[in-house]
Amino acid sequence: MSILTFTLRKRPDQRVDMSPLVHNKLAGMPVEEIRTLTLRLGKRRVEVDELFDVHGDPGDRFIIRNSSNKLDYIGREQESGAITVEGDAGAYLGMRMKGGKITVIGSAGIFAACEMQDGDLEIKGNAGDFLGGALPGNKQGMKGGTVLVKGNVGQRAGDHMRRGIILVEGSAGDYCGSRMTAGTIAVMGDTGRYLGYAMKRGTLLLWKQPNVPPTFNDCGSHTLTFLSLFFASMRNSDSKFSDPVAVFNRVRRYGGDMSSSGRGEILVKIG
Amino acid sequence: MIINGVMIDETFAEAFPMKATRVIITAQNSRWAMISAQAMTGFATSVIGCGCEAGIERELTPFETPDGRPGVSVMIFATSRKALAKQLESRAGQCVLTSPTSAIYAGIEDGVPLPLGKSLRYFGDGFQISKKLDGKRYWRIPVMDGEFLAEETTGMKEAVGGGNFLILAESQPQALAACDAAIEIMRKVPNVILPFPGGVVGSGSKVGSKYKSLSASTNDPFCPTLKGKTKSALGPEIESVMEIVIDGLFESAINEAMRMGIEAVCKLGTGNGVRRITAGNYGGKLGPYHFHLREIMA
Repeated sequence: MSILTFTLRKRPDQRVDMSPLVHNKLAGMPVEEIRTLTLRLGKRRVEVDELFDVHGDPGDRFIIRNSSNKLDYIGREQESGAITVEGDAGAYLGMRMKGGKITVIGSAGIFAACEMQDGDLEIKGNAGDFLGGALPGNKQGMKGGTVLVKGNVGQRAGDHMRRGIILVEGSAGDYCGSRMTAGTIAVMGDTGRYLGYAMKRGTLLLWKQPNVPPTFNDCGSHTLTFLSLFFASMRNSDSKFSDPVAVFNRVRRYGGDMSSSGRGEILVKIG
Repeated sequence: MIINGVMIDETFAEAFPMKATRVIITAQNSRWAMISAQAMTGFATSVIGCGCEAGIERELTPFETPDGRPGVSVMIFATSRKALAKQLESRAGQCVLTSPTSAIYAGIEDGVPLPLGKSLRYFGDGFQISKKLDGKRYWRIPVMDGEFLAEETTGMKEAVGGGNFLILAESQPQALAACDAAIEIMRKVPNVILPFPGGVVGSGSKVGSKYKSLSASTNDPFCPTLKGKTKSALGPEIESVMEIVIDGLFESAINEAMRMGIEAVCKLGTGNGVRRITAGNYGGKLGPYHFHLREIMA
C-alpha cells in the first residue's frame, strides 16, 4: 500500500486550513505538485512544503505526523481512503466527510465530524464541543457514518444530528444530543446537564443513570431486540463497544423531549 | 431404468420461472419462531389458488440469525414481483407481526428489494423508530408485547417453481411412508421449499376441467380408483399415487432435491410397496425448465 506522509515541520502560530489535503483532491497528483499546493495559514497563503515535509507515494493512505491542534479541516469532504493523524487535530475534523476513515491518535477540537455524511472517524483522545453537530445556522448535523471517541466529548455532542452513530467510551458534556433529529449516541461514561435538550427523535444509549430532564417521561424497563443488532454492528470496531461484556439489551426507556416533538428516547442500561 | 426394483419412467418434470424471496423470522425461542413461520407459510400451496407458494426452508440456530435468537428461514414464490410484494406484505403483517416476540429480517441481501419493514412500519402510527446499522435499515415498531423489529427490505430473485416427481405404490400407507422418507432428506437441501402440506400432494391436478369455472381438476390418469373408467396411466398393482412438488432458487437446487428424494424412495424399494417413479409435465411446451428423471438419477 502506498502511503503519503505529511510531517509538520513546526507548530504553526496561526490556524491552518487542511481541506485541500484529501484523497479525492490529490488523486493522481505527483508529490512535487502536492508540495506546491497552497494552504491557508491564518490570513496568509503558504505552500504545503513550507509547513510540511512531504514524502512517500500518493495512494489510499495519508499520515499526518507531529500534528497539532492548529490543523483545522483535516479530511474535509473526504470521499475515500484513510487519514491517520499522529497527534492532535484542530477544529472541523472530518467535516462533511463522505467516506473512508480518519483516525486521530490524539484529541480533536470543536466541530469534529460536523455534518459528516458517511465513513468512519475515530478519535483516540478527547473531542471538543459540537461533535457531529451542525455548523452555526445550519439545521442538520451529522447525517451518516460512525464516530468513535475513546476519551471524553465536550458539550452539544450530536447537536442537530440527523443520522449515524456516535460512540463515546468516556463521558459527555452538557446538552448531549441537543436538538437531535435522529441517529444514535452511545455514552459509556457520565453525561452532563440538559441531556437530549429539545431532542425530536433519535436514541441516547447510556451505561450510567443520567440526570433525566423533567421533559422526558419514564416509559419503563424493557428488553429491546434491536440492541443485539446494534452491538453486533460494533463487533469489528477496536473499542469497548465490541467487547462482549459491554453487550446488553435490557434498558430503562425515557421518552422525550416532550417540550419538542417528543419522539426521541434515552435508554439506560439496567444492571 | 430400474433402481432397487423401482421403475424410473423416461419422462421429465416441467417447471416454470418464478420470483422468489426469503425472510428470516426470529422469536424468543425456536417454538415461537416456528409457529410464526408456519402461520406465514399457511395457505400457500399453489399460486393458482393461494396467490403464492411458500414454505419453511430450515430452522436457524441463534448463531445464524441477525439478532442472535432462534429463527426460521422462509421462502415465498410468486409469478410476478407485484404479486410477491403483496403476498409478502400481507403475510408478514398478518402472521409475523402478530406473532409474539417475533422479528423479521431479509433472507436475501442482493436482488430487487421488496418492502418489508418499509410497509409494516406504518402500524407504529407515528411511534415507529428507524435505525440504520451496518448499512441496513431496520424499523422498531412498538407493539403490545414489546417492540417488533423488521428490516426495511428483503431481496427478490429469479427462481424456479414446479419441480416434481410422483411416487406410485401398492398401497396408501406405503406411498405415504415413501413420501416421508423423501421429505426427510429433501428438507436438508438448501435453497428449496416443498410448499404442499407436509411436502406432499395427495391430489395432484391436471390442467383444465369439464367445468368452465375451473382451471385445474383431478389428475384422472393417476387416480387409482378410476383405472377402469379413464385412460389410466397406472398398472393394476398401483393403489396410491402421491406427488412431491419442489420450488427452488436455482435449477441445480431442485435437481439436487429431486435426486435425493428419489434416491430415498428407491431405497425402500419394491419390498416396501414402491413400484414406480414418474413426473408431471405438460408436454414440455409450457415450462422452460425440464428435469429428466433418468438424467437426474444417472
